[in-house]
Amino acid sequence: MTASAPNRHVRVRFAKVGKVKWTSARDLARMWERAFRRIELPLAYTEGFSPRPKVSFGLALPTGCESVAEYLDLELAPDVVVELDALPAALSAALPVGVDVTAVAELEGGAPSLQHAVTSCRWEIEVDGTDLDLASLVATALAATELPVTRERKSKVVTDDIRPAIITLDVGEGMAGTTLSAELATLARGVRPVELLRALSPDLRERRVTRTHQWIERDGARREPLPAATTDAPHVIARAS
Amino acid sequence: MTSLWPRIEPLLPRVQKPARYIGCEDGALSPEHGPDKVAWLLLYPDSYEVGLPNQGLQILYEILNERDDAVAERSYAPWTDMEALMRAEGVPLFSVDTHRAAGAFDLLAFNLSAELVYTNVLNCIDLAGMPVRAAERSAADPIVAAGGHCAFNPEPLADFVDIFVIGDGEEVIAEITEVIGRWKADGPTDRDAVLRALAAVPGVYAPAMYDVTYDGPRVMAVTPRHPDIPAVVEKRTIADLAAWPYPKQQLVPLTEVVHDRLNVEIFRGCTRGCRFCQAGMITRPVRERPAEQVREMVSAGLARTGYDEVSLTSLSSADYSGIADVVKGIIDDPACSGQVGVSLPSLRVDAFTVGIASEIQKVRRTGLTFAPEGGTWRMRQVISKLIREEDLYGAVESAFSQGWRRVKLYFLIGLPTETDTDTLGIAELAKNCVEIGRRYTKGASVTASVGGFVPKPHTPFQWFGQDTAEELMRKVNLLRDATKRTGVTLRWHDPKATLAEGIASRGDRRIGAVVEDVWRHGGTFQEWSEHFDLSLWTAAMERAGLSTDDYVHRHREADEVLPWQHISAGLHKDFLWQDWQEALAEAGVEDCRWTPCYDCGACTEYGIEHVVASNTPPAGGSQGTGQDLRTGGAVPVTLLATRR
Repeated sequence: MTASAPNRHVRVRFAKVGKVKWTSARDLARMWERAFRRIELPLAYTEGFSPRPKVSFGLALPTGCESVAEYLDLELAPDVVVELDALPAALSAALPVGVDVTAVAELEGGAPSLQHAVTSCRWEIEVDGTDLDLASLVATALAATELPVTRERKSKVVTDDIRPAIITLDVGEGMAGTTLSAELATLARGVRPVELLRALSPDLRERRVTRTHQWIERDGARREPLPAATTDAPHVIARAS
Repeated sequence: MTSLWPRIEPLLPRVQKPARYIGCEDGALSPEHGPDKVAWLLLYPDSYEVGLPNQGLQILYEILNERDDAVAERSYAPWTDMEALMRAEGVPLFSVDTHRAAGAFDLLAFNLSAELVYTNVLNCIDLAGMPVRAAERSAADPIVAAGGHCAFNPEPLADFVDIFVIGDGEEVIAEITEVIGRWKADGPTDRDAVLRALAAVPGVYAPAMYDVTYDGPRVMAVTPRHPDIPAVVEKRTIADLAAWPYPKQQLVPLTEVVHDRLNVEIFRGCTRGCRFCQAGMITRPVRERPAEQVREMVSAGLARTGYDEVSLTSLSSADYSGIADVVKGIIDDPACSGQVGVSLPSLRVDAFTVGIASEIQKVRRTGLTFAPEGGTWRMRQVISKLIREEDLYGAVESAFSQGWRRVKLYFLIGLPTETDTDTLGIAELAKNCVEIGRRYTKGASVTASVGGFVPKPHTPFQWFGQDTAEELMRKVNLLRDATKRTGVTLRWHDPKATLAEGIASRGDRRIGAVVEDVWRHGGTFQEWSEHFDLSLWTAAMERAGLSTDDYVHRHREADEVLPWQHISAGLHKDFLWQDWQEALAEAGVEDCRWTPCYDCGACTEYGIEHVVASNTPPAGGSQGTGQDLRTGGAVPVTLLATRR
């Protein structure tokens, strides 16, 4: 092994759907650690007293939300042959039902971290059967100059304006009734889909929330951190439900 | 549609830790139910995080699901937030495997590992939609079963549980399945008939088949109602652990639980003879798992689960024959690539053990825990935990000199014959340990953790009157004063909880009314300090007209009928009484694995023996006393090498 050989940087795209959506982001990190050990993936480790595998997760998915567009970056130890094409199937088999790898690709060195690169997320929010006029609630929210939301943080009540973080917001008909489609900014004060619902009306209840896209905007162009392979999401959802 | 999931899922956004209710663990099964299969719901009556890792439950889960005539699923006590929503929405208790209603199973089988979970047992039965009192159930209701260490005094739950399983469950669950299977096939109408048939299975106790008579506050007799019902129920013991390499597919939870690691049981039973320890008394004899099988279970388990830590479990893991080789084998295994941690619960107090620990914790040497239990040599002779001060100081010196910075010491207070000198001895030992530690590191930390002693059935201390909560608190305060500004951190268990545990520990059938009363007044999760409430227990005792003094603090008489006398762990009452007298005479006993047999009954009554790989005492000597144990006479052990 030559000390100078660089680590290989790899980005993984995966879905988290079905019952497993009720686990937390911390739980998910542990599932990945066990999966890496189960398939004996030769990860690069941090230096120091208690070495940790070099894995970085993107934006945490709130507990209870599903996603077909989750990402993580990992570093492989240098000079070890890893067949990337075989990784999605091997990892999916080592992960719980509902966590499925849909694409893997090598990254250029020096790419910015997921946490910093992603600028917005697209969400599909199925709203529980309601008599409220969603279209007018949405119109009112979009017309407002500010949309204050209060929350408790470290036992302090903080009020922020989430209106600037709402990039688009549409009402549509989903499989199970009314669905909101929203693109929400992640940087500065990001907005969680449930917060958005409460801001529209405290009586709105989400039935199913799915992150469908994470977007990176650079130099005016918008792209996903890693496009899903063609054999992807609908099949994954069918398996987990 | 048998799955309740569509009704459960809408509740999940409104509860803490929703992953408690989803199942989906690696290793979980979705068994196919059918009319020709006996359906078991295995319940752990505490939160998911505490219950999921329970090895006993996982062993039975696998054995039952391997059978053609049975299926098994699991359930845990829903946390209070979930329970409130379930009651409001009319959702019954459910399994986490296929989210089937508890009432749709043939048996609800509870694991009883502590007395303070008893009210949760009642709550689970109620949430299943059945009458909590066994006598009010119909033929259509599931049979309520219970096993585990607390089943050795079944009486406090006798009004609520249809059958108790005494001892190891691996074999007896097959016989129970067959009885229930025949009953189901015949059209299950007569509940009494099936209980009578179950009571004929060795190791099964069906309380409804026995009458209890009282003479004032005392139990006079527990008498079988029919000639075919045994007067004494003998515990079940599997003779050979090697025949039961379970769990083969240890469950890997998706969310954080206690003991979140691979667990491999390396032996069952203990021969040290510590007189306060119920587990050590009722699980005799020692049955070691062959080292080769341990290695296989460890390497297969790590590869399958992806865990990076394995715990070698038993009541005293450093006593396993060749423990050092087994530990070294795991650490040096190239497949583990030096990344696997090994933990040994119940460390013995000696330098040899610290040597093994230093093999294990090469990197992160944070804390080591020892349990001297008593503060003076006199006290430790009374409880037969024969650790000399030199043993403890040697172990502690060895730990600090090898880079550990924190030492935790476990002690009991309220032990028989304890004087303030013994109590204060705890502070002395801890202070000396601080001094030793400071020779090696400025940051040396010593924690003394004290718990109030609760006498347990089937031990030599079953006759002893427990200290009052006030007396325990007085002793805690003595220790608080004595450890001030000494560098010792003192922690103590709430003496009020010790009192409640004492009510249930040696209670008779009349305590059932108290358990029910506490539950009816909202007293669930009594193991949790945020939910525990002693006033519920004392009020319930008063309403039932029972005296706490009589049940908890009174010394029992030699000729008194003990409420659990019809349940046998093989131990002769004479042996226990003699051992109690020797305790009062301050005489400890040596480990019976390397010394002549005391004829306690656990081996001789059942025609079984210790199964160990080596009959040579370990380095460091029995209980670290360094005594020459080779002078002992013949010991009834079966060596693994000659095992048939």
